[in-house]
Amino acid sequence: MIVVVDYGMGNLGSIVNMLRRLSVPALLTGDPARIEAAERVIIPGVGAFDQGMKNIRERGLRPVLDKVALELRRPVLGICLGMQLLGRSSEEGSEPGLGWIEASCLRFQPKPRPDGYVDKVPHMGWNYLGAMRPHALVEGADAGTRFYFVHSYHAVCARSEDVVASSWFGGGPFTAILGRGNIAGVQFHPEKSHRYGMRLLKNFSAWQPSAQTADASA
Amino acid sequence: MMEDVYQPRQMRPRVIPVLLLRDGQLYKTVRFRNPKYVGDPRVAVKIFNDKGCDELILLDISATPQHREPDYQLIEEIVSESFMPVAYGGGVSSAAQARRIFSLGVEKVVLNSSAVENPSLISEISSLAGASSTVVSIDVSRDWLRRSRVVTGCGQRKTNLEPVEWARSAAAHGAGEIVINSIDRDGAMEGYDLALIKEISQAVDVPVVAVGGAGQEGHLRQAVDAGAAAAAAGSLFVFQGPHRAVLITYPNEDKLSALFG
Repeated sequence: MIVVVDYGMGNLGSIVNMLRRLSVPALLTGDPARIEAAERVIIPGVGAFDQGMKNIRERGLRPVLDKVALELRRPVLGICLGMQLLGRSSEEGSEPGLGWIEASCLRFQPKPRPDGYVDKVPHMGWNYLGAMRPHALVEGADAGTRFYFVHSYHAVCARSEDVVASSWFGGGPFTAILGRGNIAGVQFHPEKSHRYGMRLLKNFSAWQPSAQTADASA
Repeated sequence: MMEDVYQPRQMRPRVIPVLLLRDGQLYKTVRFRNPKYVGDPRVAVKIFNDKGCDELILLDISATPQHREPDYQLIEEIVSESFMPVAYGGGVSSAAQARRIFSLGVEKVVLNSSAVENPSLISEISSLAGASSTVVSIDVSRDWLRRSRVVTGCGQRKTNLEPVEWARSAAAHGAGEIVINSIDRDGAMEGYDLALIKEISQAVDVPVVAVGGAGQEGHLRQAVDAGAAAAAAGSLFVFQGPHRAVLITYPNEDKLSALFG
């Protein structure tokens, strides 16, 4: 059973819809006991960084999230804001993040592209994955793989090995997927990315992080 | 060329079918009149979904004229099978309604008449769901002096608002995207009002979605060249041939890459 954590941050129904389509048992809940019992956990979210951390705190979810991620080492996937919360901080706010990944989020400062065009923030639309390192989440991804993004801030990882895949926007690369050990995050919305998103969520539902030695936490 | 050099692929502009709902069925208008029956919206959306469409805009054109709320059940049925971003507009007049629509899995709420009547609704929804989920759609018609003016109530009520002024104001209130729809060009399939698209795109920093007039794929490119971040169309994706036979189509990725490349 995958638990999609409901902490009051936007559009969560669509993730459950896609998991249901994939015949993956899923539950949308904000109940700490159910989150603790989950085989794997998705932290979704749309909205502001501080509001996200505040909601996690006010709903008393911080202890159980720390427990499943750090102690029980269950596979955890952050999506969009949920990915940004995995890091330490964000320029968007003043609250500290969950701090499971050494990353901080910066606002896009687009530089002119080679053709002179300057991308408009937010980064909204379908984009491709560029450089990629092997990871269970991107198994089967090819050059045509694309995902739907909507965001104004992007994660910068302190350890380059935590970057699983980058995409290109605002005249440079940014982190599209990050991962360390049993924890991973995607900046885009797999639940809104057709078959590409389905493959990623399917990969997540089968992911056995302990079998991966390359990125075990130091 | 070295294979390990990362060749960035630029994002391609979005191409968005606009589907008009009327009493639970799909219709297509000409100049906002003469609605022609297209089919069942669930079936059409399933086809767009299978074709890997970028995004959808659903507009219920009977909600506001009938003074009724959105048809939540229909929206849910459509969205639960849509694995792409969906924007919904039609009859949304409160933040509570918007919240309910977002909870069904809709990405973006589209405001039109209600935003003109009460611009603070834009800020309310924007602070609730974020600017990128808050879209203001502006229906425009040119008067006898060829001046463009905002029209509300699904083409029923002419106003003295200038589209550029209203677009700026809507963005200032928190709209993260502006849809600009030309009533005069609706269903004509003869190309967008490019002058209008250019004016609006230059006036606001937020993405502009062009609607109204696309009759061939080349028109989509023209809208983007005029400054639109996305090109949307109705007839182009639901009709085929001179007799407007109903056929749901959407260009594949290779075609779109070539179109915007």
